[in-house]
Formats: sequence, structure tokens, C-alpha cells
Amino acid sequence: MTGSTRTSRGAELGARLREGDLTAAAATLNLLESTAPSDVQQAAYLLSEVSPAKLGGEAKGHIIGVTGPPGAGKSTLLSALIRHLRESGYESVAVLAVDPSSRRSGGALLGDRVRIDFDPSDKGLFIRSTAAGERLGGLARGTRVAAQALAAAFDVVVIETVGVGQAETEIADAADTVVVVVQPGSGDVLQFIKSGVMEIPDVLVVTKADMGDIALRTTRDLNAALRSTGNRDTPVIRVSSLPPYPEFDALVQALEQSRIRKDLASHRSHLRRQGALADFIAEHGIAGLRAIGGRREAERLLGSLSPGLGEGEMESALTAALRRSIKDAP
Amino acid sequence: MRTYAGHSTAEASNELYRRNLEKGQTGLSVAFDLPTQTGYDADDELSRGEVGKVGVPIAHRGDMEALMKGIPLGEMNTSMTINATAAWLLALYIVAAESQNPPTPQQQLQGTTQNDIMKEFLARGTYAFPPGPSMRLIADMIAYTVEHVPKWNPINICSYHLQEAGATPEQEIAYSMSNAIAVLDAVKERLGDRADASTMGKVFGRISFFVNAGVRFIEEHAKLRAMSILWEELGRQRYGVSDEKQLRFRYGVQVNSLGLTEAQPENNVQRIVLEALAVTLGRNARARAIQLPAWNEALGLPRPFDQQWSLRIQQVLAYETDILDYPDIFEGSKVMDGLVSQLLEKARSEMAVVAEHGGAVQAVDYMKAALVESHRERIRRIEAGEQVVVGQNRFTETEPSPLTQDAEGGILVVDPAVEAEQIEAVRRWRSERDQAAVDAALAELSRVATDESPQRENLMVPTIAAARAGATTGEWAAALRSVFQSYRAPTGVGEASAAVPGPELQQLREQVSALQEALGRRPKILVGKPGLDGHSNGAEQIAVRARDIGFDVVYSGIRLTPSQIAKSALDEGVHVIGLSILSGSHLELIPAVIDALSEAGVEVPVVVGGIIPDQDVPALMQAGVAAVYTPKDFDLSKIMGEIVTLVKERAGAPA
Repeated sequence: MTGSTRTSRGAELGARLREGDLTAAAATLNLLESTAPSDVQQAAYLLSEVSPAKLGGEAKGHIIGVTGPPGAGKSTLLSALIRHLRESGYESVAVLAVDPSSRRSGGALLGDRVRIDFDPSDKGLFIRSTAAGERLGGLARGTRVAAQALAAAFDVVVIETVGVGQAETEIADAADTVVVVVQPGSGDVLQFIKSGVMEIPDVLVVTKADMGDIALRTTRDLNAALRSTGNRDTPVIRVSSLPPYPEFDALVQALEQSRIRKDLASHRSHLRRQGALADFIAEHGIAGLRAIGGRREAERLLGSLSPGLGEGEMESALTAALRRSIKDAP
Repeated sequence: MRTYAGHSTAEASNELYRRNLEKGQTGLSVAFDLPTQTGYDADDELSRGEVGKVGVPIAHRGDMEALMKGIPLGEMNTSMTINATAAWLLALYIVAAESQNPPTPQQQLQGTTQNDIMKEFLARGTYAFPPGPSMRLIADMIAYTVEHVPKWNPINICSYHLQEAGATPEQEIAYSMSNAIAVLDAVKERLGDRADASTMGKVFGRISFFVNAGVRFIEEHAKLRAMSILWEELGRQRYGVSDEKQLRFRYGVQVNSLGLTEAQPENNVQRIVLEALAVTLGRNARARAIQLPAWNEALGLPRPFDQQWSLRIQQVLAYETDILDYPDIFEGSKVMDGLVSQLLEKARSEMAVVAEHGGAVQAVDYMKAALVESHRERIRRIEAGEQVVVGQNRFTETEPSPLTQDAEGGILVVDPAVEAEQIEAVRRWRSERDQAAVDAALAELSRVATDESPQRENLMVPTIAAARAGATTGEWAAALRSVFQSYRAPTGVGEASAAVPGPELQQLREQVSALQEALGRRPKILVGKPGLDGHSNGAEQIAVRARDIGFDVVYSGIRLTPSQIAKSALDEGVHVIGLSILSGSHLELIPAVIDALSEAGVEVPVVVGGIIPDQDVPALMQAGVAAVYTPKDFDLSKIMGEIVTLVKERAGAPA
């Protein structure tokens, strides 16, 4: 850990993101993914540069989580959604595609699952795929932190992952708005909602509307299930898998509505506190948590911090408390 | 006898055809370039480096008329190696025939279109539309030809390419039969009330196969016997066909190329002879037509001398041996019957799995993954020495070969000016035609394509109208793509099982772990296939092996432009890029990718794999390629070891 050039590497990337420099995205991800000790330090510098305190408010980018079972038509949906967002005035879109499949023999095959059609000359588009499960809390931490950083520069950050249930919960820990994609005729999502396993997503999308009656029935069933849980806010939108996709205006509008409905600052600082706590536990274990007085005490400590702190800074506060407790120990 | 030929431009090909016809050739065999095969015009970015390369570019009616100029189409038997765009090329052929003087009505046209889309999804990669709409196009075309072009063979089901992609004999049988079922069912549905036993018999009798024969020639012969049994059974039971002639399993064959080696290539002669025996030995399952590859195919394009040698093998077999003198020599053989029933049993159970998926169209992902897995297993056995390949993994010591010293003459090069001329020509064509008529014809095509009701019209009708109006290949395909959606076929790699750990693999994994320490994150490789070349076996096996040793692998299949590859490499933060190319366009496309990378600011090593002649290697290295791999580098572990070293050297430890 020597030299000022190193100190500035992370900070410089953070500053570039803050200024809306989209070309910093790839290097930012390279740094955030790294586990080399010097990089971890630099990553912390980067993240603190894009914390709400530094930005003078929450990051501008809308973090949208998109999840759903395999084969539900997510790739087609995303390709069309990205095109539509870019056409309806969003100047930049980042996509983080997370592959949750367990690593076999260490490596992972990425990009095979999500095949997003993209225009390579579009400078406002960034697509990155990562494998989950690299370290403890893999999907949650890596993706959350990356999305937070990119949201400083990009208008929209889409986190894409496959699955229903667990994945949906994890994505909810990282996103402002959660979209669950449902294929007509598949009962999974309906069951999840009815059984209460699933946190209610902000927007439900039924794909392949061109399947006609089946798509219509699925939409109706979802609406009924939502009503039975007392939910009136979650829109169910049917989209066709064939152009010209007239329904995408409604989808983009629903996404905007959902964001407006939320108190973004408190939602995000809540996520950061939760994230900091999860990271702390991943790092120091339950024993560490006990040493600082248990979960309740940790949450109280986090609640006393300025809500504009970044996740890393919040975690540092917990770590500092742990150090104090060790020093104070008899 | 025919020569598979297509030559850079319609005019040049026409000259060649006419010369061959004068020499007594009776049929035409047309090969098209990759843009024509996949539905792009020469001026499309994806066509770069591919125009006129593996066949003739046909962009519109005018090109087809020039190709067939002075050739009386009413007397010709024309075979077209065309699949995704077969309906369009047949339409152009029909229009060219009616515009000849004297005109030939479509009822008199004779010939074959390959028109087998499943093997494009599974092995060859020159598809244009998703499986469902592709099958609809095929069914429409078959229904149309049965009625209006009755002497045409609208489809040739290819199991050949499946074996090249690694299929076991039972997979080759099961997947090609399932494919045939999907086609016949679609035609039956298309014909509706008209699909009586007599019409279905006609359709059934028009379907022929194109199969493969490998060096395990006893088993391969059994495979063909099994296929003819299954085919007859299918005709009788599923489609109610009773005419013996219509029920006959008709097939042409090209013997295996996958098993030919670049090391000690003279051994390929023996292999080819044995493979030819597989399809000729027993009369009950003898091929109608045989094509033998050249002994040095793995080295580059064969010379006339090499092709002559292959022809002589057939002639020795036919005229010197007594192979044709006897009735079926395996009749009553317990061993052969046992082999056949074993294969039948395995193939039937695999067909049942495909049927469970809902048929071949729905089972594309499943079949692709199964093929990648079989191919992976085959490579593993060769690497482990369990499957002997003489001269490659055993008996590798060799005297210097007098045959390969002068191999350079074997490469045919297409003049790069051809591409520029074709681009110019297609633009001129567009500017000189009646644009309003073309627009109207394409709108009508879209309208018919959009209709998915059971009463929908036959797509051949607006396709022929668009051909007549002067639309181009790219416009026809684009109109259908915008309705059917473009499609990326499954790569099959995600499902491939992990390698069985051995000492070599373990060692590589340790090296990758060490590399990960040094890099700070897991090494990431982008495996890319630039251009229109669809031969993805090599890229898939590299992707799977890279994963097995611990790389994160970004692989999104075939047909990527240089700028797409560069953008992905940048966004994904990869440490190394592997490009695979087998179409012969490496000298155009590889430097284009490297330019795009440096423009994007990506400074990582690039390695190239594919059929790269030795004399092209210096030019690629000059362009900035770090290493070139060809079919003689069959040891994937060795390649991987070198890639790991390369990343280590180039990246160094992070600052």
C-alpha cells in the first residue's frame, strides 16, 4: 500500500462515474470484482466517491431488478426493453447479468444464457455478465455494490438473474424496483404469490402475449392472486414477443411510477444498512455480531449513522465497533 | 456425376457450369456463399469477408438469371445446397426459368433443395429464423412444390452434419428421424384436408437423406440398415404410406471428415476407403450416391489431383472389386442383426426423449446440448488414448512425407475485389428497379408471415412475387426476420458436464488458481465466432474446456460482428480472446476484430483457431494475433496451458 497513484486509482474511477463518464464502467467492474488486497482498498475508495454524501443525494440511476424462471423470455424482453428505454429518452443503460448457477469445477459459462441483442455502436449501453457464488454473500454483495456504483453514471441499471423465490429476494436487496417475468401458462409465480413465499414484486410482466388466451388467463390469474393478498399497486403488464411491442410504453411508465411511489432515499439507505450488516456477518460471523451486542444493537448503530453513507462506510462503522469491543474486553 | 461448384460471381459460375455441361455433365450443383445462405446482402456488415467465398452470391432475380444464362432449365437437374433461404432461392430459380427464352414453366423444373433447417441449429449454423417459423417455411415450400413443382425434391434430411458435430450412431439416427417427423407433421398440418394417404405418400417418397459414414464401418453399416427399417415403419404407421417405392429409404452419403487427421494425412486414404465400404457393402442399405472427401481436406482446399484420387477410390470399388456382384451379404448374419436391433433400441429411446420435449423443433436445445456433450466425450477419449487415432495419438513417429511438401498449391483464393464489385452491383440493382413494386411485394410478404391462423396463405406465393418484383435476398430475409424475430441458436455449452478430473486437468486448475491470485479476479476469456461461419464445434469445445479448468467464459454463439466482439470484450473485462473461424475469411475478419479491439481500447492477447493454412499464419501474427491453432492441435489441454501462460505473461500481476 504505497504511493498516491494507487490511492487515486479507485477514487479517480469513482470521480469519473460521478461525472457521468460511462467509459469508467468496465474498469469499475474489474476493480469491484477483484479480491486482491490492494484492489479491495481501492474499491472502497471508489465506492465512497459515489456515496450519496459525495453525490449530494441518492445516485440518479434507477436500479431495476429483472428476474423470472428460465425460458420465460427474459432475453427477448430485455433486448426490447433496452431499445425502448434508449428510445424514450434514457441516455444510458447498464445491464448486470448475474448467473446464479453453481460453479462447476470453478469456472462458469457466461453470456450463454442471456443473449441480449445489442447495437455495438451504442455508447450508452453497457452489458456485463458475472457468476454468482464467488464468495460469501456472492450475488447480493457483488451485484449490489456494482449497481450502486453504476447508478451514479447510468440512467438505468438493470440487474438480471434467473429464478423465482430465492433469487427474487436477493434481487430485492439490491434494486429499487423489482420486475418478475412470467411465462403464460406457467403456474410457478402464481403459486409463489399465493403461498406468500415471494415478496410482492413492483411490476409483473407476462411475456409472449401473442400466445393469446393463455397469456390473457395468466394475467387475470395474477391479478386475482394480487388482490387476494390485498395488493392493489402492482401492475401486471402483458408484452408481446413480436415487434413492434406497443406495450413497452406501459412497461416503462409502470417502472417510472413504481420508482416515484417509493421513498427512494429511505429505501436505499435501508438496503445499504442491510447490506452492511450482511457483509459484516459474512466477514466476522455470528461471533462478531454477538461481540458488538447482537443484531438489534448493530441495527441501532447503523440507524444512528448518516443515511447518506455508502455501504462500505456503514460496514466500517460496525467493524470499528467490533474493534472497540475487543479492546474493551477484559 | 457432379462437381460441387460455385464460383465467386454468377457470371464466373455460369461459365464453369457451361463448360462442365459441354463435357457431358448432366446436372448442376450450386453452392452459395454464406451471406446468401443466411439471408444477407453483400453490403451488410455481417457479410464482410464472406462474399463469394464458399459459393456464389445470389442477391436477386438478375443474379439467378445470370447464373443460369444459356442453360435450358427444363432439361436440367439442379441441386442447390441451400437451407434457411431455400424458399427464396427456389423462388428466384422459378422466376429465372419463366424469364428464359423459351420460358420453362415451374411444373417442369427438376432438382433438389437441401432445405434441412434442424441440422443448421444443431451443427452448421446457417439459419436465419427461429425453429418454429423455419419449419413453417419448409412446410409451405413442400406443400407448394407437391402441387406446383411436382418434380422437385424439396428437402434432403441431413444426418451427416450431426455426426460431424459429434453425434453417436444412435443420436444420428434418432435426431434425423425426429427431424423428418417434424417436417412431415408440419406438411400434414399445412395440407389439412388434402393430406390423404396418396398425397402424404407423394410427400414421403420425395424425402431423401444425406448421411455420414465413419471409420467404425461395421457399426456404420448397421446404422444405415436401422435407418431404413425405421423409415419404412414411420411411413406405414404414422403416415399410412403403402407404396413400396415411396417407402424406400433413399440416401446419399458423404463419408466422415471429422475423423480425418492433419497429422500423417496420407492415412486418411485408408480411412476413406473403409468408410466407403460402410455404405456399399450390403445391398439392402446401399447408398444411391457417394461423395468422398479428399485425403488432405484437413490441410486446406483440395487440388484437382486430390479430388481425382477420391474419385478413383470409388471407381476401384465399383469396377475392380466384386462388391456389386452379390445380393445382400449380411442377410442372415446374427452379428449384423444383433447390431441393428441394438441400435434400433437405443435410437427409439432417444426418439422418445425428443418426442417428450414436444418434437424436434421444441427439442433443439436438448439435442444441441447432447451433441456438445458427445463431442466433448469423444475428444476426451482421444486425449486419454482410449480411442486410437493412428498418427495422432498413437504411432506418431513418421518419415518425412513427400506428399505434403508441396501443399501450397492446394489453396484457392478468392479475389478480394469480388466483394467490392458485388456490393456495388447490389446497390446499383436497388437503385434501378421499380421500388414501389418491391415495397408492395415485401409488405405483402410481411402480411402473410404475420398471419398465424390455420387458414394462413402459403408463404411461397408472396416469396415468388417478391422475387419477380426484384427484391434482394437481404430484403426478403429482413422482412421475415422482422416478423419472425431474429434468433440465436442454443450453444449447448451451458449444459455440458464437467470434465472427469485427471492429473493434467488438475495441474491446469492449479495454474488457473495461481493466475487468479495474480490477477485479483478469476481469469475471463471471450470465445468469439466472427462473421457468418456457423461451424461452432471448435469454439464450443474450447469454451467448455476453459470453464473446466476454471476460467469464466463469455460465449454467445456464432455470427458476431467485429464491433460486437470488441464491445463485449471491453464491457466484460476479459483477459484473453479466442476467435474461431473455419470459413476461410480469417485474413479479412481477424484483422478487422483486432482493429475494433484497439479502437475500443482493449489490450488483451488474441488467439485464433480454425482452418488456417500455414502460409496465412505470418499475416495473422503480423496483425497482432498471439497464437494460431489448427486441426493438428487436437490436444485441448495443451492449448489451454498455452493460453494460461499467455495471460500470465501479458497481464502480469496487477500494480
